[in-house]
Amino acid sequence: MSTIEISGLHKSFGRLEVLRGIDLSVEPGEVVCVIGPSGSGKSTLLRCVNLLEEPTSGSIRVAGVEVTDPDCDIDAVRRGIGMVFQQFNLFGHLTVRENVTIAQRRVLKRSRAEAYRIASDNLNRVGLADKADSYPAQLSGGQQQRVAIARSLAMEPQLMLFDEPTSALDPELVGEVLAVMRGLAAEGMTMLVVTHEMAFAREVASRVVFMDAGVIVEQGRPAQVFGSPRAERTREFLHRVLEPTRVSESEIGANPGE
Amino acid sequence: MRLTPRRRRRIVRVAGYVVFGLAIVAALAAADWGRLSDAFFRLDVAGSMFPEAITVALRNTILYTLLAFVFGLTLGLVLALMRLSSILPYRWFATGYIELFRGLPSLLVLFMVGYGVPLAFPDREIPGGVYGSVTVGLGLTAAAYMAETLRAGIQAVPKGQLEAARTLGMSHTRAMVSIVLPQAFRIVIPPLTNEIILLTKDTSLVYVLGVTASTIELTKFAGDTLNTRVNPTPLVVAGLLYLVLTLPLSQLVRGLERRAARER
Repeated sequence: MSTIEISGLHKSFGRLEVLRGIDLSVEPGEVVCVIGPSGSGKSTLLRCVNLLEEPTSGSIRVAGVEVTDPDCDIDAVRRGIGMVFQQFNLFGHLTVRENVTIAQRRVLKRSRAEAYRIASDNLNRVGLADKADSYPAQLSGGQQQRVAIARSLAMEPQLMLFDEPTSALDPELVGEVLAVMRGLAAEGMTMLVVTHEMAFAREVASRVVFMDAGVIVEQGRPAQVFGSPRAERTREFLHRVLEPTRVSESEIGANPGE
Repeated sequence: MRLTPRRRRRIVRVAGYVVFGLAIVAALAAADWGRLSDAFFRLDVAGSMFPEAITVALRNTILYTLLAFVFGLTLGLVLALMRLSSILPYRWFATGYIELFRGLPSLLVLFMVGYGVPLAFPDREIPGGVYGSVTVGLGLTAAAYMAETLRAGIQAVPKGQLEAARTLGMSHTRAMVSIVLPQAFRIVIPPLTNEIILLTKDTSLVYVLGVTASTIELTKFAGDTLNTRVNPTPLVVAGLLYLVLTLPLSQLVRGLERRAARER
């Protein structure tokens, strides 16, 4: 049984059609990286998986449960899906430890002692055991994002969604978050990652999905997509992202010296 | 001597201080200090007001303020949540209520509750006597203002906070109670404190309900003493007692705002 099975997914915001027929499945243990230009619908696709956005049509199954079914207990499904946001979204009024324990206590009804122990394990896992009593505002962006990952892991999810987890970070802090994500991938966590970090996608992903204008243009093993992209649109995107200093003026229609 | 820009700025600045100083001196010289102190600072009149000024009048002023505040805050929170509800009639009701009570004078609402309701429902009465009527009469208006303040506070909490909480499997209600409202309240503590200051002063309207010796508040108490002693000193005493209440609150607001600014 696939961890995620998406078929015929459409999503419109008013008259703007953001997703125009997406079919995608993610198998247990797979790390799927979704790349593509801004506005191509990558984040919307991710947010549809745990129903932060309501699909306009199509079906999404997570671990066999149809989340698009109106009778689906979405809170129960979400417990099994961790999500990491671009803006971290740590709870600002709670300490790091409370951030990692509140859902364990309130949702999973774990005892205080058990929630504390699991919080410590996961903070230790992301290298922040010594920050348990700090408030989010006292941490760097990279540290906040690692706490956000620990917060999700404490719920023991079977699937993790990452929505551009390093896009809001100073370049110097990107590595520490990617390191944690690489570790998770190595442990066999099923991950769907929207990212602009091409090196990460190339190195860690089991599959790379290239999206543009609300459709999947192509997908395949990283070596194939990065090494010999089939679609012209993919080639153009990768050229601009991977070799930004070699984009020529004629490509962008600039007319110097006229 | 050439007037350089720097010298010109200095002259303008010094002139500003001088004008202000002269105005103060002129005002002080023009005042008739003997009559002023006779009228407003008669220690024997002031002394006769104590201890009742504190044990009864100030106490009731505080009590009315707190009762109306708690009532207003509770109703205000319900209205704020209704205003943000996805159910259309709730939004209509909350919007209507807020527009109505923000637009009416507190005094009129107090009359309504004190005299209108008993006339309309002769066999029912608001429990708690004057205390009950004041709670409702001032609280209804305060709720309208506080609902808007709370709504703004809830909306000031970034949307990602609710999304992160929902993503962890919390229900909408649980996420509001555990994540959004605590942060919203932090944001609105300064404006809510201002609301208490306004309420403190609005308790001076309570006299229209016909207060007795035991339910009297500061302004009415000062007015009564002014009538019996034929001297306005009680007004100064009452004014100072109001400031004893409101100045620390203003200070608190300033402190909280400074702290909030630091945490950003």
